[in-house]
Amino acid sequence: MKKLLLLSLMMMVPMFAQAAGGPSVALDSIEVDASDHSSLQRGMKTYVNYCLGCHTAQYQRYSRAAEDLHMPEDLVVENLIFSGQKIGEQMTSAMDPKVSAKWFGAAPPDLTNEVNLRGADWIYTYLRTFYVDDSRPYGVNNVVFPSVGMPNVLAELQGIQSKSCGEVSEYDTHGNPAVDGVTGKAITHQSCDILTVEEGSGSMTPAQFDATIYDLTNFMAYMSKPYKTDSHRIGLWAILFCLMMTVLFYFLKKEFWRDIH
Amino acid sequence: MGVGNPNRAKAESGIVRWIDDRFPLTQMWQDHMSKYYAAKNFNVWYVFGVLSLLVLVNQILTGVWLTMSYEPTAEGAFASVEYIMRDVEMGWIIRYMHSSGASAFFVVVYLHMFRGLMYGSYQKPRELIWLFGMAIYLALMAEGFFGYLLPWGQMSYWGAQVILSLAGAIPVVGEDLVQWIRGDYLISGITLNRFFSLHVIALPMVILGLVVLHILALHDVGSNNPDGIEIDQNKDENGVPVDGAAFWPYHVIKDLVAVGVFLTVFCLVIFFFPEGGGYFIEKPNYEPANSLKTPEHIAPVWYFTPYYSMLRAITQPLFGLDAKFLGVIVMGGAIAILFVMPWLDRSPVKSMRYKGWMSRVWLAIFVVSFVILGYLGTLATTEGRTTVAQVCTLLYFLYFILMPFYTRMETTKPVPERVV
Repeated sequence: MKKLLLLSLMMMVPMFAQAAGGPSVALDSIEVDASDHSSLQRGMKTYVNYCLGCHTAQYQRYSRAAEDLHMPEDLVVENLIFSGQKIGEQMTSAMDPKVSAKWFGAAPPDLTNEVNLRGADWIYTYLRTFYVDDSRPYGVNNVVFPSVGMPNVLAELQGIQSKSCGEVSEYDTHGNPAVDGVTGKAITHQSCDILTVEEGSGSMTPAQFDATIYDLTNFMAYMSKPYKTDSHRIGLWAILFCLMMTVLFYFLKKEFWRDIH
Repeated sequence: MGVGNPNRAKAESGIVRWIDDRFPLTQMWQDHMSKYYAAKNFNVWYVFGVLSLLVLVNQILTGVWLTMSYEPTAEGAFASVEYIMRDVEMGWIIRYMHSSGASAFFVVVYLHMFRGLMYGSYQKPRELIWLFGMAIYLALMAEGFFGYLLPWGQMSYWGAQVILSLAGAIPVVGEDLVQWIRGDYLISGITLNRFFSLHVIALPMVILGLVVLHILALHDVGSNNPDGIEIDQNKDENGVPVDGAAFWPYHVIKDLVAVGVFLTVFCLVIFFFPEGGGYFIEKPNYEPANSLKTPEHIAPVWYFTPYYSMLRAITQPLFGLDAKFLGVIVMGGAIAILFVMPWLDRSPVKSMRYKGWMSRVWLAIFVVSFVILGYLGTLATTEGRTTVAQVCTLLYFLYFILMPFYTRMETTKPVPERVV
């Protein structure tokens, strides 16, 4: 019977592996790190400079970010609040959603929960895969979010990225470049989805840009669950406490049940 | 002294005696705790009743605190949940305890019900316990459904839309009925308000009342056990069942071990995996409800998915009734048939330990079908999946429909006099 119970519990495990649904293109995977405060601070700087103009983070307070990201409040007021708001206020934007809906086809969504909604990998990939597409109103399209209404606001950092054709390597199931067993040559195929950045067109190198987007995504991941660090810290103690209680109860039970034959 | 009912157990003296003369405190303590005997051979399957009670208390306490900061309006609901998660001190723990608690409730209730099926706990004289239990299950599903709308996220909204539309499939009155339930032409703040009222007042009262009835009925006839033997048949000279152990302290302390294990797992979930991989809190629910934007893939919360699968498995109209309405009937039937369980089982023995192989095989088929249906209900449909769901739905019903036959036909093993 215990085996049966264990089995039924194990059958639930795959349920946790993947939520239903998912994006249709492969996403670049990153590990967010809520303990890397300098990364989070840089990410917040990028957010207030490039995102906040259109995208509110209306459930995130500046003061909470200052505290969690270990930034003195006066520095936050001086360097990260451009709207004249007070430190205790939420990160809102002056843009009228009705007007912006006309400009972009849809009002730019609030991004406080964006990582909860789409995942960090999605954001990280999305922000790096804008490419030139003259058929779109703002001249750019996106690999992860086709026909997106948003212009590539980070183009001045990244440069001009466009799609081109060429040979691309194929990969085996382990993610290694696939090699022809007979000739020993790498297996490639023709693709017209290769993203290339025009050299010198942006103020950052591709590596610097990737790092900037990582920091931004990291900040957005923090913003989506500002209590996560606390949760993991408290959680360990809570679990330890419960385990100790369980052991104690177990021996207490053993002692009491000596009476029962 | 001549105060109160002289026939009931009373303390010798002191404050308890004073109370006993006016209220059956000692008598109740004895009836339900210190002199309530349950079989000493309870195994791990017998902990889920107590755990259900624990989760119920968790839901009520965390619910009380959530209500202090929640705002049941279409304009404010989503933001108030974010407020609880971010600005209320320890609010995120309370909210996660409640949201994970809902899933935990169904986990322990499903295991508790499976225990009942396995050991024949619904058989005479425990039919009413089973019926009260089924009523709790029904009320719990309603409670979960109403509660899921409250965060006012996209999945809250569209999940409710899908389930409410089921009532709309009823011929003639359907559409009017749905409108009456919603209180509006679409799900709106009015719907949210009434769901809130039902979720925090009406259904908790119903559930609590039913739980009291469930336990009173249980304590009157006594608990079943893995052997399906009535321990009251074997009493010692003091009238104490020889195969029993008093609920207090023996079973209480035994249950505490289970409580410890449960809380460990529960803490693991609320502190590390509060969204349950998207099954406890679905991703689209991080976006506020929008009546103009349908999510790509709508799936009800996992505890409803077996029935949702059955609904989708019915694809053909029959006798002039459309497929959706037939699906609703099948879905309702799947729950309704559980109610008559005590009268479907004709076996002379209670426990699976002494039933024949047919009962065992059918129970296994039933569980596997239910789990597969549950899994399929979280996915989008394909032709192949629909076929699997149809087969599983059929097997689900056959378990019940054939039960009167296989339980009578099969050879059972002799039940021992005393518990093993």
